[in-house]
Parts: sequence; C-alpha cells; structure tokens
Amino acid sequence: MHPALEAETLYIQHFRRRDEARPLDYYLKQMDGYTALAKALKMAPDQIIDEVKKSNLRGRGGAGFPTGMKWGFIPKQSPKPKYVVCNADESEPGTFKDRDIMRYTPHLLLEGMAIAGHAIGAKVGYIYIRGEYTREAKLLDQAIDEAYAKGYLGQKILGTDFSFDITVHRGAGAYICGEETALLNSLEGKRGEPRVKPPFPAQAGAFAGPTVVNNVETLADVPFIINKGGEWFSRLGKVERSGGTRLISVSGHVKKPGVYELPAGAVTIRELVYDICGGILGDKKLKAVIPGGSSAPVLTADEIDVVYDIEPLMKIGTMMGSAALMVVSEDYCMVKLIKRITKFYAHESCGQCTPCREGCKWMEDVLHRIEDGHGREQDLALLLDIADNINGKTLCALGDAAAGPVSSFVRKFKADFEAHIRGKKCPNA
Amino acid sequence: MAKILSQKFYDQMKKLEPRYPNKVALLLPALHQAQEESGWLPPEVMEEIGEYIGIHPAQVREVASFYTMYNLKPVGKYHLKVCTNVACCLRGADEIVEHLEKKWNIRCGETTADRKFTLMEEECLGACGTAPAMMLNDDYHENLDIPAIEKIVAGLA
Repeated sequence: MHPALEAETLYIQHFRRRDEARPLDYYLKQMDGYTALAKALKMAPDQIIDEVKKSNLRGRGGAGFPTGMKWGFIPKQSPKPKYVVCNADESEPGTFKDRDIMRYTPHLLLEGMAIAGHAIGAKVGYIYIRGEYTREAKLLDQAIDEAYAKGYLGQKILGTDFSFDITVHRGAGAYICGEETALLNSLEGKRGEPRVKPPFPAQAGAFAGPTVVNNVETLADVPFIINKGGEWFSRLGKVERSGGTRLISVSGHVKKPGVYELPAGAVTIRELVYDICGGILGDKKLKAVIPGGSSAPVLTADEIDVVYDIEPLMKIGTMMGSAALMVVSEDYCMVKLIKRITKFYAHESCGQCTPCREGCKWMEDVLHRIEDGHGREQDLALLLDIADNINGKTLCALGDAAAGPVSSFVRKFKADFEAHIRGKKCPNA
Repeated sequence: MAKILSQKFYDQMKKLEPRYPNKVALLLPALHQAQEESGWLPPEVMEEIGEYIGIHPAQVREVASFYTMYNLKPVGKYHLKVCTNVACCLRGADEIVEHLEKKWNIRCGETTADRKFTLMEEECLGACGTAPAMMLNDDYHENLDIPAIEKIVAGLA
C-alpha cells in the first residue's frame, strides 16, 4: 500500500455507508457533529476568519483561492443582507467528490455554512446544487430538517443570538452555473450568465448583498478547522501554501476509479495512477492525463512525475482545478477526445462573449472535420489561432477552459492530428 | 384563465416564498415543480408561472430555454439521458447511445412513436467514477454496459 494512503483522512472513512438516509445520528456520534459550531459561536467572527487563514485552506472548486482571505473581503457593515452560498453545481467534467459529501456527510456542509455565516455576519445560506443531483438534493433537505428540529439551524441556534437559515436551490442543467456569478444569477431566477466583475460577490453578490461563494468541500472542511485548529489543518498538507486533505476524483482508463482522499500534495500523478488507482485498465500504456477536470490542459505520459497539487501543476502549465484526474490509455484517439471536450464547451458557452460563443463552435467544427478525415494541413495553425483569440478575452473562465485544452492537445499530440489529416481517417479506425 | 397548475404547486411555492428576498428567485423552483406535474413546460404553464411570479411570460421562457433540464417539448414516459462526456466516453458511452438508437430506430433527441422512450445525449452527470452513467427520468444508473442497459430497458413497462 502506498504510504500516502495511511495518512490521516477526514472524509473517506465516513463514505459508502449503507445508512446514508439517517445522517444526523451518525454525525453526532461518529464525527463530533455540531461541536465546532458550538465552539465557533463562542469565538469572535475575526477569530474564526484568522483560524481559516492559518489553515491554508484553498477553495476546492477549482480556482484554489485562499478561503480565509475570501471571507475577509466581506465588509463588516452592510446595509444589505449578507449571504453564504454553497456552490454544489459540481459541473466540471471528471468531478464527482462533492456528491459523496452531500450523500454521506451532509451535516458537515450545513455546519460549515453556519460557521461561515457567523464569521461574515450572514443569516441566510443557499446551497445551489446541480439539477441532476435530485437524490442528493433530497438528502440535503432531509438533513436540513433534522438540523432545524434539533436547533442547529433556525432561530437562536444553541441558545445564542445567532440565527441561520439554509435553503437548497436546484439548478437545471447548465455547466456555466458553476461559475460563481452565473450561479448567483441563476439563484436569483435569471439565465445563468456570468456577470461583469467588479463588483465581486464579496461586495455585491446574491440579491446585491455581500456574498461568500464556496465549494461544498471547502465549507465541509471548516468544522474540522474550528475543532482542531488552523495550524493542525495546515500541517495535514504536504506542500507549502496548501492545507488539509484533498478529495480527488479519478476516472477514465484506470483499474480502480473513484474518490480518493490524500493529504494535499502527498503524491505525484504517477503514484496516483499506478500505486493508488491500480494502474491502467488492461495493463495498457498510458497516453495522457487530464489533471484537473476537462478545462485543464492535457499532460503526456512523460509529464506525470509532477506533485499533484495546485502550485506544481501551475508551474508546468496546467491546473489542479477541482482535483479531477482523467486517465487516457494508449489506444484512445486524442482527436476524438478533444473534439468531445470542445463540443461540450461549444454547447455550454452562455453566448454573451463573441470570442467564446463563436470560437468554441469553430474549434468544434474544425476538430470534427479532422476527425472525419477532411482536415487540412493549415487546420492546426487555425486551431491554435482560434484558441489564442478566445484566451483571456471573455468575461468568465469558460473561454480559457475551452481554449487551453485545444492548444495543449494540438501542441502535445501533433503527430496524432497530422496522421488524421494525411491519412484522411483515424489511424485507429 | 383557468388554472392548470395544482394546489400542490401553489402550496409548495407558498412554503418557499419566505426563503427568498423576492419572488423572481422562485422561478427555477417553480419551473421544476411545474415540470414534475406536467412532464414538460407547455406555453400555458409558463404563462401561469409568469402570472404567479409577476413577470412577463417571455421572461419565463427566456430563463426556461437557458437550462437543458427544462423540457420545452413533450418527452416520452421514460426519458433516458446518457452521459457522453469525457469520462463516460472513455468507458464506452458511445456504444450505448448507438445501441439504443438502433434498437428504437430513433436519433438522439427524438422520442419513439409510441411516446414511451425519449433518448438524449447528456453532458457530464458528475458520476465519472462509475462511468458510463445515465439518468432515467430522475434517477441515476451507473456502471453501464450494453447488457446492463438492456436489462434496465426490459424492466420498463
């Protein structure tokens, strides 16, 4: 067994239980449920934010922004109500870890949200959950009812003056609603189109009030930080500036796909694929990995000796994103794969920004004709040019998310594209 | 105009109203609830939702048409949405879609003539570790292959 699997974990031992529908008893007995909230309510809001800053907790949704700093941006005084919004959209292809938190340990999320509410001075929280997770939305609703019944949510929580309400708000099938300002528009009953920033959500977010938007795992980490201290949490991480453990979603051509929990920065991608996930399906050779959800630029089989964490991946031109590793074996067609990824972005582009709306569709069309054997020699330069014309020229990160993969696939697997163009068909077909 | 939406719909909305600072925020929950009752969102239903919330029916449609889960056309009794995004594709989702297209002699996005099945390609469902995955109406089915899908479909009356 890989030594990283012996390290302390916060979540994984509580997943895959059979009694998922009755989470509160379990949470109180096995996980010190709601003791962190009781402790936090005796702390001053600034003390809580300091503890989260010390923890080196960085957002688990994709951007990796320091959570304590984000909370610190919320103005102390506000004429408008403040909000805590949980981003449970989990729409980045390859990501499926938050689903397990909501299924098995929903109270961790509720407790984390209430603590965040106390820290920033909010009385209202929303969980924006992707529409497809109907079962998880029901489980959250049940957990919320349990928490209200026991006085962990609602008015005068645990005999204090603090009140906090949580409502589950279902999305309806739009990748872009994982972008925080699109999410806020969707919560407000509008089309999920990203907003112009500034103002950032910390100044004017949900219903124009100061708002913290955090991923499920980020908020679920908070009760641990309050109970055991920011420094303890920070030390769980094995690399600088990255605290805690990471829930990693592994999918594609590995023998043991699934959610893994490892200390932040404890393994390289090679260790993750071969030592932890059992290696490649059918003992084939590795062709590529997509390290952080489909928005992350691809890595070749020669690039996997990199530590799987935020900064090391950034240094080699890709990203950890939502910690979703997708593994591709030698016989899968890379042109087909990037065409599928690009089709997704073309479908999900909200259409507000011309470079993204037009560019994604163009890239899809060009990739389609290469896959079909009608590609032209100049198409590779054309793809790079379109990608370059999208990158950094849109309101939100969806444009970059579409452009980065295309340029990385074309640069790193050029021979595969050329074989399609010259042979006028897929060489694997 | 006679009401189409049930008392249950209005009761549900009444319960949600105090949860939001304004009524427009009820639009997504209202569309979900209405679709649960009618299976899809005919124009009269969207008009009634607009009336309840106090917005123009065009605004309801503008929002409803943005999201793929809202059915603006009727769908079959069984609505199969097969994920064909990266992780599912790597694990053979294409073959499942092809199999169903051939079996029912329809293309993705279409409904069988007896209105029993609607087949759609879906974007990532967030079930990549148990790929390929699909939704059958509101429920997930995971770790699919052709024998598994055959078994599921055979059980649908």
